[in-house]
Amino acid sequence: MSVLTAPAPAPTDRPVSRLESLLRARELGIALAIIVVFGLTTLNNHAFAHAASIQQLLSGAALIALLGVGETLVIVTRNVDLSVGSVVGLSAYIIGDLFKHNHDMSVVLGFVIAIAVGAAIGAINGLVTTVARVPSLVVTLAMLYIVRGFDGVIVNGKTIDPDSIPTAFTAVGYRTLFGIPWLAIIVAVVVVAVGYAMRSFRSSRDLYAIGSNPDAAELAGIPAGRRVFTAFLISGALAGLAGALFLALHAQIDVSGGSGYELTVVAAVVVGGVAIFGGSGTVLGAALGAVLLNTINQALVASKVSSFWNGAIAGGLLLAAIAFDRWLSLRVARSLQSAEGAHRDL
Amino acid sequence: MTQSSAAPLLMVRDVSKSFGPVAAVQGVSLPLYAGEAHALLGENGAGKSTLVKILAGVHGADSGELLMDGEPVVFKGPAASRAAGVSVIYQEPMLFADLSVAENIFMGRQPLGVGRRIDRAAMNREATEVFTRLGVQLDPERAARGLSVADQQIVEIAKALSFNARVLVMDEPTAALTTVEVGRLFEVIQTLRDQGAAVLFITHRLEEAFASCQRVTIMRDGRSIRTAPIEDVTIDDIIRSMVGRDLDTLFPKTATEPGEVVLDVEHLCRGGVFDDISFQVRRGEIVALAGLVGAGRSEVARAVFGIDRRTSGTVRVHGAELPNGKPLAAMNAGVALVPEDRRQQGLVMEMSIDQNVALASLGRLRRFGLIRRSSERELATTWAGRLQLKFSRMGNTVSTLSGGNQQKVVLGKWLARNPSLLIIDEPTRGIDVGTKAEVHRLLNGLVADGVAVLMISSELPEVLRMADRVLVLREGRITAEFTRAEADEDSVMRAATGQSPVVAA
Amino acid sequence: MTSDMATKTPVTPRRSVVETGKRALWQGVRRWESALVVVFIGALIFGSSERPNFLNPMNFFYTGLNMGEIAIMALPLTLIIMTGEMDLSVASMLGLSGTVMGVLFSNGWPIWLAMAAALVVGALGGTLNGVLVAKVGLPSIAVTIGTLTLFRGIAVILLAPRTITGFPLSLTKIGVVPIQGTQLAYSTAIFLAMAVVAGVVLHATPLGRALVAIGLQPEAAQFAGIRVNRIKIWLYVVSGVVCAFAGILLTLKNASVSYDAGTGLELNVVAIVLFGGVSIFGGRGTVIGVVLSVAIVGCLQQALTQMNVQPEVQNIIIGVLLLISVVIPNSGEAIRRIRDRARRHASTPSPRNSPNA
Repeated sequence: MSVLTAPAPAPTDRPVSRLESLLRARELGIALAIIVVFGLTTLNNHAFAHAASIQQLLSGAALIALLGVGETLVIVTRNVDLSVGSVVGLSAYIIGDLFKHNHDMSVVLGFVIAIAVGAAIGAINGLVTTVARVPSLVVTLAMLYIVRGFDGVIVNGKTIDPDSIPTAFTAVGYRTLFGIPWLAIIVAVVVVAVGYAMRSFRSSRDLYAIGSNPDAAELAGIPAGRRVFTAFLISGALAGLAGALFLALHAQIDVSGGSGYELTVVAAVVVGGVAIFGGSGTVLGAALGAVLLNTINQALVASKVSSFWNGAIAGGLLLAAIAFDRWLSLRVARSLQSAEGAHRDL
Repeated sequence: MTQSSAAPLLMVRDVSKSFGPVAAVQGVSLPLYAGEAHALLGENGAGKSTLVKILAGVHGADSGELLMDGEPVVFKGPAASRAAGVSVIYQEPMLFADLSVAENIFMGRQPLGVGRRIDRAAMNREATEVFTRLGVQLDPERAARGLSVADQQIVEIAKALSFNARVLVMDEPTAALTTVEVGRLFEVIQTLRDQGAAVLFITHRLEEAFASCQRVTIMRDGRSIRTAPIEDVTIDDIIRSMVGRDLDTLFPKTATEPGEVVLDVEHLCRGGVFDDISFQVRRGEIVALAGLVGAGRSEVARAVFGIDRRTSGTVRVHGAELPNGKPLAAMNAGVALVPEDRRQQGLVMEMSIDQNVALASLGRLRRFGLIRRSSERELATTWAGRLQLKFSRMGNTVSTLSGGNQQKVVLGKWLARNPSLLIIDEPTRGIDVGTKAEVHRLLNGLVADGVAVLMISSELPEVLRMADRVLVLREGRITAEFTRAEADEDSVMRAATGQSPVVAA
Repeated sequence: MTSDMATKTPVTPRRSVVETGKRALWQGVRRWESALVVVFIGALIFGSSERPNFLNPMNFFYTGLNMGEIAIMALPLTLIIMTGEMDLSVASMLGLSGTVMGVLFSNGWPIWLAMAAALVVGALGGTLNGVLVAKVGLPSIAVTIGTLTLFRGIAVILLAPRTITGFPLSLTKIGVVPIQGTQLAYSTAIFLAMAVVAGVVLHATPLGRALVAIGLQPEAAQFAGIRVNRIKIWLYVVSGVVCAFAGILLTLKNASVSYDAGTGLELNVVAIVLFGGVSIFGGRGTVIGVVLSVAIVGCLQQALTQMNVQPEVQNIIIGVLLLISVVIPNSGEAIRRIRDRARRHASTPSPRNSPNA
């Protein structure tokens, strides 16, 4: 009894199936949305397009975008880091306090310490998640509590005010280069660097593999524990950096610094195209998501709509983004399936 | 062309492996020659999967040895096995959906360019090269998401080749493929053979073994029964070795008089899966849905039961039409479904035995809205007795039971509802021979009591032995119907593979 | 197979089935609850060590009062987590419902009508969660982070920056006096009654069995005729209504409401449920464990407050408790894994593949 043989079916190369173009499409879409929102608001209120306004747009988005970079790394591996906001508050306060008591501490040292604080917490997150195999949602939630609590203890109701902080440091917060705030430049550099690394190094590609199919990643010999730990470490370090920048930007810090950031970051990242279940998304998309959210916030202010709408809009956008992503992935899968002829699910 | 004069590329010699008291593999020997495709046949539970895992380096053998090019090798893990040139293509391809095809092939080993950066152009080029070597065409830059199962397999094979695999083990590769795709796979295997690789081809489909392989080994109950060049064996020889006894001596179905129509399916259709399915099942008869895996049989069962929504068509039980997509309605009408995948669909593995048995009868056990543990236990004990379930404690999780006993729990769960229609999907898959006979005896008893049975099975001997009528599905359509008298292996297989579609008069 | 690629598991991973000769679930579960009893007694002793008259009814009243709303919200969350899902929007719904009630009341609505409206809002919010999670199939963590933000945002729109007061004294007294003749705060009594109901439902009804099955093996539950999606949607609706009810209670207790009521409380609620032994993966846990957890946390907080320990330290303790509650169940496996890896790295070849005689 023989089986019929046949020539291999001709492949159908639809452009949408190319991975690269899928990614680009999302980022372009967000950029487009930013431009649309910006344009509409400017029509309404010309001052929106003035230099000062744009600078504020960029600065405002910068911190969330920076946190978004780290959060992207973590979410890509199918984890989540909810402790970033509290890390921002803690590291900002620590170096603020250090500046207050050592007024001639170097700016660079301040940054280094802030990053170190964040990295330490990131390391704890990473360790507990990978060694104890505890879901990162719970770990980072617990760390959020612990870090906030710890922060509350050392802050003890005090505030660090602008006098305590050397002007060289706060300069980072408001100086501009060719009209672009230093803050935005620093964050942009991080985004570009990390984004490039995510595309171009084996270990970063491992992160995508882990999030896309953990079992296959294990079979392929990828050291998931080490990679995920590193992702948390970087997320923490970047949160620490964000803390330093927070201090530079606001020139003061009390116990509530960074509070609630984590939710905004997750919203920005998901809107930016990072799948909440891991395996896909880019830091550029996340950064653009942060810019979009902030643009909308500022647009509301500029259009005299009460800023009270921010939260509701962010929440609505997040829901819309997740639903859209799911719809998109189902549709892509179905269309690619049918492109190859009649195939059935097993 | 046999190469028995040359030394085998990979030699499995007298390998044994036990898991606790269960001897999965005992003293198995098997030679894999370069340039040859070697079929490994055997029923479920014969030990094929364990042998594959030993070759893959996932398990270590307890005794015996593996020899590559005449030298003993020890695989400390999957990476070692792969490095030695042994690649396993599992039945379920495991790809990274979000990454490109090329990256799937080279994950962890992406070609590097300047400054240890990944050189995508080189990666895509090398992927295209491998595909060319295989004689297939796939776009290396496309996302792996949405690839058909056949294409996913090709990617897995390409991955194996990129590891310079000299031995490729394929575990049931054709299970989910269409005929055309099977043809393409055979061409790929030929290409691999031409390049000097050895292929170990595990399959349930005897005709595929004959079509593509040069040598065959039959396993049964953990042992290798016979290894021979393919031209030296017949299908009867194979079946006898697999089963250990002639077909006729197996438990035949007792004759019953079919009664009224219980299940009436008309023009059932589910877009892209199956089309225009119509059949009836009467009281006291066993209707079997035969066909190759992937033909759509389980999907028909699920649509009848309501787990999947049908696109069009009607399902009537005792004359009353079932609403679309509501399993509870089917259950209340007297339908029961013993699903194909015991561990994911049939049982809650981490729940206790008694709670599993009671899971489909919760409504009936309820008194004043409450359920008592004791009533669940009582129900389970009753059925455990009737089915001769072997267990140590009712409170243990079902994961502690053997495959056969697990199937009994699933059966108990459904029989406790006194169904008038039992749909049973792969009744004896992964079950030891003794329990198999019990299950068949049970089914006989049920139809004698007037239950209608719709049975889906990939094991031809089982189909031929048990069914009053055989419906053959192929690629989502019924291609043939045979009565008990008309059905034989040859005609069923032909209808299943689409050789000469025969429509019963 | 392609269907596998279109959908993936959300951020909370499913655990793999470990095939050991395990005893039934409920035995392992009893271990945790027994430990909780011991911890509770320890907490009582701890409290008494600083204040000799710690165990007096007044303390019991205040503890119950403080924990009331959180405890109430923990109950439907327990059921949701049992099915393997999550609801992070609980505290925002609490805030939103209080806000709705306050705004309507301050606009002249009768208090009972305002309360009813708040409950309706809870039901609507719960329906939104349920539909997005069960019908649309989105991961519940992401959805409820979204609705958390959304609900809070709506509360802000409705009320910020005002605070509403002036609620009827007959109702706000529940925040001041216990039930006549007892030292039971009203919210405590409500919680206990609800806990009994939840316990009965979870452990002694078909619905409860269904919840466990859904959490452990949703596909098998579906194949057994359980209407998984319908149940999940209703769980979220119930959660929404219960959280709205808790919001009403909180508002009356404080005799005021502002737009940021309950901010951040969701973490407390999740922590209490998980510390009560409910597995984040679903399918395991008891109501009694959650009740014990409420008691322990309440007792600890009361003791620490009386020792003048800052609330921030209390937060640290809650965070640590949360960590402990998830690390300990996994620690056995983790240690085993570390030991296995160390053994494998030891280069002595294992006695496999030795040529047999």
